[in-house]
Amino acid sequence: MTPIIRISGLGKTYDTGFQALKSVDLDIQPGEIFALLGPNGAGKTTLIGAVCGIVRPTAGTITVDGFDNQTAFREARARVGLVPQELHTDSFETVWATVRHSRGLFGKPPNDALIERVLRDLSLWDKRNNKMVTLSGGMKRRVMIAKALSHEPKILFLDEPTAGVDVELRRDMWSMVERLRAEGVTIILTTHYIEEAEELADRIGVISKGEIILVEDKAALMQKLGSKELQVELQAPLKDIPAELAAYHLELSEDGLRLTYRFDARREGTGIPDLMRQLATSGLDFRDLQTKQSSLEDIFVTLVSDRT
Amino acid sequence: MNLYAVRSIYTYELSRWFRTLSQSILAPVISTSLYFVVFGSAIGSRMTAINGVSYGAFIVPGLMMLAVLTESLSNASFGIFMPKWNGTIYEVLTAPISWLEAVTGYVGAATTKSVILGCIILATARLFVPFNIAHPIAMISFLVLTALSFSLFGFIIGVWADNFEKLQVVPLLVITPLTFLGGSFYSINMLPPVWRQITLFNPVVYLVSGFRWSFYGLSDVGVGLSLGVTLCFTLGCCGVIWWIFKTGYRLRS
Repeated sequence: MTPIIRISGLGKTYDTGFQALKSVDLDIQPGEIFALLGPNGAGKTTLIGAVCGIVRPTAGTITVDGFDNQTAFREARARVGLVPQELHTDSFETVWATVRHSRGLFGKPPNDALIERVLRDLSLWDKRNNKMVTLSGGMKRRVMIAKALSHEPKILFLDEPTAGVDVELRRDMWSMVERLRAEGVTIILTTHYIEEAEELADRIGVISKGEIILVEDKAALMQKLGSKELQVELQAPLKDIPAELAAYHLELSEDGLRLTYRFDARREGTGIPDLMRQLATSGLDFRDLQTKQSSLEDIFVTLVSDRT
Repeated sequence: MNLYAVRSIYTYELSRWFRTLSQSILAPVISTSLYFVVFGSAIGSRMTAINGVSYGAFIVPGLMMLAVLTESLSNASFGIFMPKWNGTIYEVLTAPISWLEAVTGYVGAATTKSVILGCIILATARLFVPFNIAHPIAMISFLVLTALSFSLFGFIIGVWADNFEKLQVVPLLVITPLTFLGGSFYSINMLPPVWRQITLFNPVVYLVSGFRWSFYGLSDVGVGLSLGVTLCFTLGCCGVIWWIFKTGYRLRS
């Protein structure tokens, strides 16, 4: 499949010498939801800015739907909508006027019916005549999204879309993202909420210190880097792990009351039944068992901490 | 050409102006009326006519220029500074529009506002002093060209300024003195020869002179020279703006 965004050797070095992006290569497939994760200052916003035309790259190329975003900037930019991290609004304009303005900026003829639909979808219709200054932070965030959708982009960048919003709005936004995906819009989102990426994304990219350190299908990533563990709570404390259990590479907690067994959930034989039998043979009684799977957050923290 | 974008910026800017109409129109009209009361009626009645034109009528083109220059600078610089300041500039930078389209929208709106204001001041002046316009087409051309050139200059200031103080520095400390010393209230032929020569370095002299010629057929410098200087200034500003968008100076990081 031809990528809808192709980023090749993208670099950004500021006049101060700071390298915000270091030869980034990244392909985004049409119709997917791609989550870009990274710690503060990793280069997420710079990367988005470079694709959207706010940041001038110092190296590399970006094509959007086959159009170079420098030499064919009109075609490239017309396909992209951006919801920036900050709530940038014209305080004294009405919701209706500011969303309508956004559509015009992108070279689209006025279409009041479409704007009405966008505002209704985002529960903004009742606020259409309100000035921006009168809206709450959550409502302003919705307006930012409405502005980005007003010109019917094929690609939508959501830079920390749910930062600082309440749970209800976050859920609404997640529904909206799902709806857009169903309409065929490609979505690239950056987020600090790992569960957001876990909930929405098809693929995950991790950026750290200006470099993409991993791009992986979410499910594959969870399987590849996620581990599963069984915790056995013992009735009586152990001083050492018995020799007959050495093959299971168990970990004993400091208080001697918990054994941890790590296993590969994808394997046909997890080794758990054998371990249970062996525990019984060794005369170890247990009072509780629980399994735990590492989350995307665990994987992310491991990846990023490995780089520091 | 992305005409929808040009129209969108243009109407958006005009709507901002209409929202603050009393501040945009009433304030300059009142201050200009005060000039007419003080210089035209109170002091002007005691002054002799200049080349057959009463002093009150003589200062009409200069006062119009003063208002148009100030408003062009203010409107255009504010128009681009505000999106930079409140962050909404990101939309213009990510939109599929060229520098020419963006400038046409912003500067076109600022020019329109200034021309409307100039016409209102002209009508106001007529209430205070009688005058005729010898070359109406030339007058309108000079008015539009001046509004355009100083709107372009204002756009540059708006891009350059990164705080409200800087936004005011050039209009207050450079443009206002140049306008007052540019023959708005007197003919530069009334100055001693040395000062007259120095005054010729002031570009506003050429604007006021050309504009006054369109009213009364009187000018301190040749009309062709006035037009040439104004056109050069306009082209110079266009060049700077082209460079701003090419390099992303103070717009793109």
